[in-house]
Amino acid sequence: MSKLSGLGGRLYRGDTSIDFIGKRRRWYAFSGLLIIASAVALSLQGLHLGIEFKGGSSYTVTKTGISIEDARSAVATTSIPGEVIVQKVGTNKVRVQTGSLSVLQSNAIQDALAKKFGVTTDVIDTQIVGPSWGKEITRKALYGLFAFLIVVLLYLAMAFEPKMAAAAILAVIHDVFITVGIYALVGFDVTPATVIGFLTILGYSLYDTVVVFDKVRENTRTITSTSKMTYSQAANLAVNQTLVRSFNTSLIALMPVGSILFVGAGLLGAGTLKDLSLALFIGLATGTYSSIFIATPILAVLREREPAMKALAKRVNARSVGASVSSGVTTDTQTQVVDAGKRGPRNQPKRKRRR
Amino acid sequence: MAVVLLALLAAVFIQGATAVRLGLDLRGGTSVTLQPRIAQGEAGKVTNAAIDQAVSIIRQRVNSLGVAESEVTAQGSGVNRQIVISVPGDTGRRVVDLVGQTAELRFRQVLLSGAPTPVSATDTATAAAITASGLSPAVGKKFASLDCTQAVNRQGTGSDVATQPIVACDRSGNSKYILAGAEVLGRQVSKASAAINQSTGSGWYVLLNFNNDGTKAFADLTTRVTKLTPPLNEVAIVLDGLVVSAPRINEAITAGNAQITGSFSQVEAEDLANVLKYGALPLAFDRGEVQQISPTLGADQLRAGLLAGFLGLGLVLLYSLLYYRGLGLVSVGSLIVAGSLTYLLILLLGKWIGFTLTLAGIAGAIVAIGITADSFIVYFERVRDEVREGRSLRSAVETGWVRARRTIIVADFVSIIASALLYLLAVGGVRGFAFTLGLTTLIDLFVVFVFTKPIVTVLAKLNFYSSGHPLSGVSAKSLGVLTTPPTAEKGA
Repeated sequence: MSKLSGLGGRLYRGDTSIDFIGKRRRWYAFSGLLIIASAVALSLQGLHLGIEFKGGSSYTVTKTGISIEDARSAVATTSIPGEVIVQKVGTNKVRVQTGSLSVLQSNAIQDALAKKFGVTTDVIDTQIVGPSWGKEITRKALYGLFAFLIVVLLYLAMAFEPKMAAAAILAVIHDVFITVGIYALVGFDVTPATVIGFLTILGYSLYDTVVVFDKVRENTRTITSTSKMTYSQAANLAVNQTLVRSFNTSLIALMPVGSILFVGAGLLGAGTLKDLSLALFIGLATGTYSSIFIATPILAVLREREPAMKALAKRVNARSVGASVSSGVTTDTQTQVVDAGKRGPRNQPKRKRRR
Repeated sequence: MAVVLLALLAAVFIQGATAVRLGLDLRGGTSVTLQPRIAQGEAGKVTNAAIDQAVSIIRQRVNSLGVAESEVTAQGSGVNRQIVISVPGDTGRRVVDLVGQTAELRFRQVLLSGAPTPVSATDTATAAAITASGLSPAVGKKFASLDCTQAVNRQGTGSDVATQPIVACDRSGNSKYILAGAEVLGRQVSKASAAINQSTGSGWYVLLNFNNDGTKAFADLTTRVTKLTPPLNEVAIVLDGLVVSAPRINEAITAGNAQITGSFSQVEAEDLANVLKYGALPLAFDRGEVQQISPTLGADQLRAGLLAGFLGLGLVLLYSLLYYRGLGLVSVGSLIVAGSLTYLLILLLGKWIGFTLTLAGIAGAIVAIGITADSFIVYFERVRDEVREGRSLRSAVETGWVRARRTIIVADFVSIIASALLYLLAVGGVRGFAFTLGLTTLIDLFVVFVFTKPIVTVLAKLNFYSSGHPLSGVSAKSLGVLTTPPTAEKGA
């Protein structure tokens, strides 16, 4: 642990520095790949939607020594149309899932299961979802998503600056997209609990981004007057300085979520807790990644386009050329701002060597 | 801080809020969510007033079950409003049946009636009657094969198309009918009430009053059929596709009222009247979701939720202590304070606004452990940064606070926006989650300002911390502070 703390100190001073912004193309490419994979998975496989979205019914019977075969034969006696899925959940539960049923058909299944397993219908955990319900909650989730993005965009634009807000929102969209992609790829069930998870990721992902951006803002406040660093360099230093913090906050956030996942998946087998925490778990991981590797580089690129920042980059480059002979090799590219940004902060000896 | 805690504690005792109100998913029960929409053929919008009316009618019906703590509420706002019915305990099917009734009342002329048992399709009498009435052979076949002695065929579907002829069973299973397209509809009923036959003192019936359209349509219908031969002079009162009664019309009824008789008990008559009032609303309800959770599953879920909470809390505390050593004690204390505040508030809100804790709500609170702990980390890391800059711990605690404060406020505010929007736009479980997440985020802000910061200020004065004891979490070694001033290096 103290080693890690020592690392914190080195990162803070810039002794140890990871070039997040200079190598942004690498991260962009990585994310681009993930996004393409997500898009492909989404279009080919689609999401594995739970009955809450498709409409349908689910019956769970709890009894020791229960078997799938018995449940299947009980359901068969009711001659319910459509596909019936019978699964074992945990050690002593069987879940029967059907398509949309009428009240009558639903009661028939309950009765058949109750008779077969010698229980009363009241102890059969039942969920019946109307066919139009899914559309309704999907619509609401989308409303929620857009309302959230707009309100947060406005709020961050006020609290920080518009470009930070834009970069943060881009990172959030990136997170949600990749999380959804992972769901499509792996084929996890998407239930309303998953949607809650998705929506919560928004808040979480932003929390990390806010922490990093706050430091970026602090570091860049005086850069135009001191002319020691370009915007990108200052931003990169900020990411490095907050790296330990981001790591800790993410880890701490993952711990409770991980315990929900563990308990939800392990003890209950399935249901709200598992669905929610799985979405959170995946989303948190991408959220941490994006606030470091995506949000800040985007912000840096956006800001470097500003005339004042271009001028600053020129001044900083001029200084560093004057001060250091080794960087003379890159003078031919200095007129271009993007290249100045790509060169990364001065305190990145590794990067320079590679050049 | 202590004052607030004590005040809440006192409030808990005074209000007698000693138990957390648990949601149905934690103690077992049935919840039904109804999605209102404009009934077919109706113009206009789903108004709040109409939904409120529907809520009160449904509440009346649910209360007739006599289950304590049943709730019928409208949730969401504007076009998103839904009606959520929750009934604890194991009354599942009755609730669903009761509120699931769409109560589509229709008056249809009887075209053909017969014994409830199926007859062969080639039965000559039936075939002749069908041909005579000019109905399609498909309808005739359906009529012939329908077996009204089977209870499954007498459940009522509510899916009959108003303008089409239908084949229907009698409610009691005594006969079956072919009925003409509906001529008077439920929404043309302006009033429905249960009444008792004054002369005999028994025999409950339902008294209907029609609106202007209804009066005219009913007058037309009754005038036309009085001249016809049986069974064509009968008008069936069809509720949800089932014939409640099919009285013979002896004279035209032009006064705009009608009676539905059918050997009802008082409760049946009152229920039917309620159902008909409900049907008179220009709203139809789609049964969005029905969830029936047995008390065993509820208890399991509660246990799992609590276990996950303690596990998560334990891990976070352990990590805080391992990583931040002495400072970690502050997060332990703060989390405990935040936890007690949350618990007390959940108790009180249960009393004040009927807040119920659901599984999703517990999940929200657990997730919030992370957010709360994050605030401490943001602050601690800031303090450590300031120490790295060469400040003394005591000044680092203050300057670090000024900077961390802003980050924490912005970050928490984003979280609060998220929960507020989730709460407003969603229904059911999502709302519970959003509520506890928002609540705990607010508590986090409060605790960081009123508890954590003052405690850290006090601790910074202690020798254990200010001298940089190896276990304090702010020692030079663990921070990686070099003996040479870091600012000198940076200037290179």
